[in-house]
Parts: sequence; structure tokens; C-alpha cells
Amino acid sequence: MAQQAWRKIRMLVSGIIVGVSVLTTAIDRLASVTLVTGRSMQPSLNPEGGSNCDVVLLNKWSVRNYEVQRGDVVTVMSPKNPQDEIIKRVIGLEGDLIRTLGYKNRLVRVPDGHFWLEGDHHGSSMDSNSYGPVSVGLLQSRASHIIWPPNRLQRIAASLPPNRGPLDDEEEEG
Amino acid sequence: MFRSVLGKTLGFVGYTVTYGCFAHCAFEYIGEFVLCSGPSMEPTIVNHDIVFSERMSPRLCKIQKGDIIIAKSPSNPNINICKRVIGLEGDKVCTSSPSDLLKAHTYVPNGHVWLEGDNLKNSTDSRIYGPIPYALIRGRICLKLWPLHSFGSLSERPT
Repeated sequence: MAQQAWRKIRMLVSGIIVGVSVLTTAIDRLASVTLVTGRSMQPSLNPEGGSNCDVVLLNKWSVRNYEVQRGDVVTVMSPKNPQDEIIKRVIGLEGDLIRTLGYKNRLVRVPDGHFWLEGDHHGSSMDSNSYGPVSVGLLQSRASHIIWPPNRLQRIAASLPPNRGPLDDEEEEG
Repeated sequence: MFRSVLGKTLGFVGYTVTYGCFAHCAFEYIGEFVLCSGPSMEPTIVNHDIVFSERMSPRLCKIQKGDIIIAKSPSNPNINICKRVIGLEGDKVCTSSPSDLLKAHTYVPNGHVWLEGDNLKNSTDSRIYGPIPYALIRGRICLKLWPLHSFGSLSERPT
């Protein structure tokens, strides 16, 4: 009798250990969900502001080799605070020439291994315009879908805001 | 016959996934073995030394000045660098090379660390690319495993 109870406890514990490790790995490697707070990505995310926060699905598998496109919405660890994760749109990749909005230089060439991130709401976003190009190593995931509230269920498309994005090299000379 | 083969295959896949997940958790939350290469940390760590780097201190923000850490290179996320932490956020650090007569100083910004190799003459570190974000740190090196005659914890910075 005691032996049987002991066996059950052992099975339960090993099941919990396996479950936790499989779940942790899936969250770290495949996908997770998160609540978006703040106004920096309006109007794409949190369009109403206030307490109506969007929940987004973060695809981690697609950024395992640090491959992103211009226009993708990504999450990175904040360069200002290692505990914070921030969600922004990729405006420029390495080598691009960016016309900045209020950064110390008017034009910036994005260095190797970095990208240029901006929130969609230029007025109230802490982004590359305040701390410069961000190292790609801080990349955590790509936000692929809005999953809550249900009436806003949709894919997040890669799209650059009008008049943003890398400049052509001819423009630089002109 | 077919059913038993299928069952065995599924069992094998299950075991593989389970142990893969165990390995991921161990490497991600406990620590990993690292083969160091390059001259930048000589004489503390020389080429082809094997060290153990633990992952919990960076997660808990317990990195201190003087620790040797593994971080992602700021200019290429696929490359790891091994350096010593010289300054934490808010610290005043010297940016000039030791042979310069004029000393230049700077303050480490919030959320960043200042890294330098122990081999100051032959190291690409924060003196070239500036302070790096704290979140790029992957682990703290706590034990040297190979070669055996220098097994043990790592020494302080040579002066």
C-alpha cells in the first residue's frame, strides 16, 4: 500500500518536472503571449489607450537567427533597463541611412549588428530617437498577431509608417 | 507489428523532446560550458581554456565590478565575447589606453556596463565600441575546468 502511494508521488513529481521544462522551453523558443502596456505603439496597438490593453502573440521561433524585416513589430530588452521588455517597429536595418526625429544627429547610418526602432506614436515613445541604434542581440521576439480583445483579432503586418524608413543613397547626396 | 513500431517511434520522439527540453532549461537557467578562444583575456583565460558560466547572476542583476562575463557581441549577435566588467551604470571609467598621457573619462549610462579584456594591449572592448547594454550579458564565469593544473575559481584582475 505504502509502496503504491510512493510510486504515485514519484510519477506526479516527474510529471511536473517534465511539464515545467517542456513549457519553459516552448515559451523560450517557440512563442508566448504578452500584454502590451503604454501608448508608444498607437494606433497599431492599444488604439483606445486607457485600460484597454491588447494581448499579442510573440513569435520567438522566427527570430532565432536574428532575422527581421523593416516594418516588423518586435520586442527587445530595453537598453536603458535590463528588466524591461519594450515593443517597437523596426525602421532600419544595419547599413541603412535614417533621417532621425529629434536625435542628436539629423542623419544616422545604422552600424553593423544594430537596428533602428521607433514607436508608431512619435510623441510619446522612448525609442531609437532618444537612445540611438539598438543592438540586434537584445531582440527577443516578433509580435505576429493581436489575439485579445477578440474584435481586434488580426495578423500584425510588416508595414513602414508613411515617410519613415531608410533613405536612398542618392537622397543623401542631393 | 506496425503498431509496435509506431509506438516505439513515438516513445523515442517523446524521450528526445523531453531531454531536449531538460537540456534547454539547464543551459538557459543554470549554466553552460564554454570553450574560450582569442587572446583578449590573457593571462586569466588563455586560448582553448574551458570554463563554466552560470546564468543566474545576470538574470537576478547580481553582476558586480570585477566579474568575468560572457556577453553577446554588440556588433554581431551570433558571436559571444568574454570580458571583465570594469564599470556598472553611473560609474566613471577611463576610456583612453594605458599608454596615453591625457586621460579621457566617461560615465556609464543607465542599464549599461563597461567591459575590458585583461590583455589591454590586444582586446576589442568597450574602449572601442563603448558601453554595452546589460541585457546582452549571458552568464558569469565562475569556474575554470581545463587545463587541470589551473582548475578552480578565477583570479582577480592582474595589476
